[in-house]
Amino acid sequence: MSQQMTGAKMVVQALKEQGVEVVFGYPGGAVLPIYDEIFQQNEIRHILVRHEQGATHMAEGYARATGKPGVVLVTSGPGATNAVTGITDALMDSIPLVVLSGQVPTFMIGNDAFQEADTVGITRPCTKHNWLVKETDKLAETIHQAFHVAMTGRPGPVLVDIPKDVQFATGTYVPPQKARTDHYAPRVKGDLAAITALVEMIESAERPVLYTGGGVINSGPGASQLLIELAEATGFPVTSTLMGLGAYPASGKSWLGMLGMHGTYEANMVMHDCDLMINIGARFDDRITGRLNAFSPGSRKAHIDIDPSSVNKVIRVDVPIIGDVGHVLEDLLKIWKSRGRKTHREGLAAWWQQIEEWKAVNCLSYTPSKDTIKPQYALQRLEELTRGKDRYVTTEVGQHQMWAAQFLGFDAPNRWMTSGGLGTMGYGLPASIGVQIAHPEALVINVAGEASWLMNMQEMGTAVQYRAPVKQFILNNERLGMVRQWQELLHGERYSHSWSESLPDFVKLAEAFGCKGIRCDHPDELDAAITEMLEYDGPVIFDCRVEKHENCFPMIPSGNAHNQMLLGEADTQGVIGASGAVLV
Amino acid sequence: MSALNIQQGSSKHSAYDLRDPYSEVLETHTLAVIVDNEPGVLARVIGLFSGRGYNIDSLTVAETDHKGHRSRITVVTTGTPQVIEQIKAQLGRIVPVHSVNDLTVEGPSVQRELALLKVSGKGDARIEALRLAEIFRANVVDSTLESFVFEMTGAPEKIDAFAELMRPLGLLEIARTGVAALARGV
Repeated sequence: MSQQMTGAKMVVQALKEQGVEVVFGYPGGAVLPIYDEIFQQNEIRHILVRHEQGATHMAEGYARATGKPGVVLVTSGPGATNAVTGITDALMDSIPLVVLSGQVPTFMIGNDAFQEADTVGITRPCTKHNWLVKETDKLAETIHQAFHVAMTGRPGPVLVDIPKDVQFATGTYVPPQKARTDHYAPRVKGDLAAITALVEMIESAERPVLYTGGGVINSGPGASQLLIELAEATGFPVTSTLMGLGAYPASGKSWLGMLGMHGTYEANMVMHDCDLMINIGARFDDRITGRLNAFSPGSRKAHIDIDPSSVNKVIRVDVPIIGDVGHVLEDLLKIWKSRGRKTHREGLAAWWQQIEEWKAVNCLSYTPSKDTIKPQYALQRLEELTRGKDRYVTTEVGQHQMWAAQFLGFDAPNRWMTSGGLGTMGYGLPASIGVQIAHPEALVINVAGEASWLMNMQEMGTAVQYRAPVKQFILNNERLGMVRQWQELLHGERYSHSWSESLPDFVKLAEAFGCKGIRCDHPDELDAAITEMLEYDGPVIFDCRVEKHENCFPMIPSGNAHNQMLLGEADTQGVIGASGAVLV
Repeated sequence: MSALNIQQGSSKHSAYDLRDPYSEVLETHTLAVIVDNEPGVLARVIGLFSGRGYNIDSLTVAETDHKGHRSRITVVTTGTPQVIEQIKAQLGRIVPVHSVNDLTVEGPSVQRELALLKVSGKGDARIEALRLAEIFRANVVDSTLESFVFEMTGAPEKIDAFAELMRPLGLLEIARTGVAALARGV
């Protein structure tokens, strides 16, 4: 068989050979040859989005829910610039994306041609790597390299910019096996001496904690299993960042809940008072650490991370281990077992006793209401009514996101998709569609706030077109809730532009899109309404009218330490000083 | 992870641990970065420095292996020990970067820079400029009745010193290449 073909055909061929089943995209002048090839085949499914940002978030949701790279196809100029937010989001959260963008023909590059943008220049700082392909002969190999880079080491987004003349021209196709990818080969095995040093610390620690992150999930389901084994075998408590939820099951006996700014009291107190902190695939993000010079002052710290630049970036650690979480945990368990499975039993018993006291604070309690739906209550009911189902949850960004992290439990990895690092409002709806495309039979719920949801609401059209029965569970407080909360705590209750007048009627909006709309504004009707949503065979927009001025607690105010948490309204007077106010 | 030359045993991956890690003292380091000579690679390196707020004191780049399309970027940067380590790690994870070597901590190295200095003057000043140039082993590469262009090669400090001496003698312009550096020995 001849390996001569057009660039456009090469793109489709390369995607097939990379095992791609779905592409999220939007056509335009500079990618028409590729769309023509897509038209003439049936193996790769194309999902037509309504906005390129939607395509990137769908691909992120797809990637997060499957462990496979998400593939995006956009045109030049505005197609590419619209994708930038999603690409940046994927970079911050280490999500593998392969973005293919059309470009004006090579001979027009630099002439301010119609729909020309310097796409590789614009996306250079927000991709793991990107390429402008100027010769058709190099196109297939570049695409294979792009997949390799996106998936190897710390995953991330890559972009291949393909001028239109390169798509039309004929060249030689290079299959994946012959593509040169060897030079990018980040190390996956951790150093055994360092791992042994950590084992010694595990054996003597009296107040340990496993602080886990998205790296566990990125390492694959095997890593989550090893984490569970480590936690069960040692009896060490486990907490996780927002990105790592589900790696250790929320129903597990060592689970403390999420840590950080809106984490649980017990998780943050454990982080503050521990004597051994084992960071597994997390990155000491500022949402986690609080005030740096008060961060876990009495602990020795180990850090397992595949990215050397994550180590000692924010927090100086005693034992850095550079490698893939799965590989390192495997070696760690092997060495620990071979040395007799030792832990400091008395110390651990006392530690757990202390933890139980912290748990007894019941930090997630809130004031219930008989007349108004409290957002926490809505999520508790959602959790109750979806327990045991094959459930995937995405979120938008804000208060509802934190409440979802607090009140929904995840017992398996790849079930929780949220924008952590970049905090992208508008992520959840498209992400939920991407998840549903990957798992057509599963229950996919986007826990949303009405403000975030409106940012990419056009994607409901995509959900309807592809019969993706995503459930949009909108906690509608008619406010930009997290902004409002900060204005209350920091800016003298001057609510500058943090509410929405003239919100749409979400039920009518649903009807306009051709899906189902449900409104609920009373706690007594909530269970029936949620059940109606779950039982409806199709996309649903659920307008859950909740308490307008509810605050999200616990909260570590900016510039404070882990042991200076606000647990409720009574704690909030004058809590954020001038130095904290400049932080975000 | 090969790009950043981390020894087996990542906890002791550089001379970092020999210095005070909490030091706020600024150090100047010379890094040799071997990269694929592909479009945009310099922009990636420079973008890293500007995007993350690191300093570039000097930067030179040229293809050093024409057959293998490899370039050597020599960058002199200033920061606290933690920042220097972060710069090296960040450079190391750029995909077309093959290796990052810190010539300042990895043993003795030689550093050289080339400079062209235009000095104008008449009479005694002109003679004095020529005399000093001889001491500094600077060559005259252009001469008019009222000016010289000196070429000199040396460590950056030597060029600084020569330029300081030329200033009162009529230094008009100076062009410097930035530092090229190699580790000593094999």
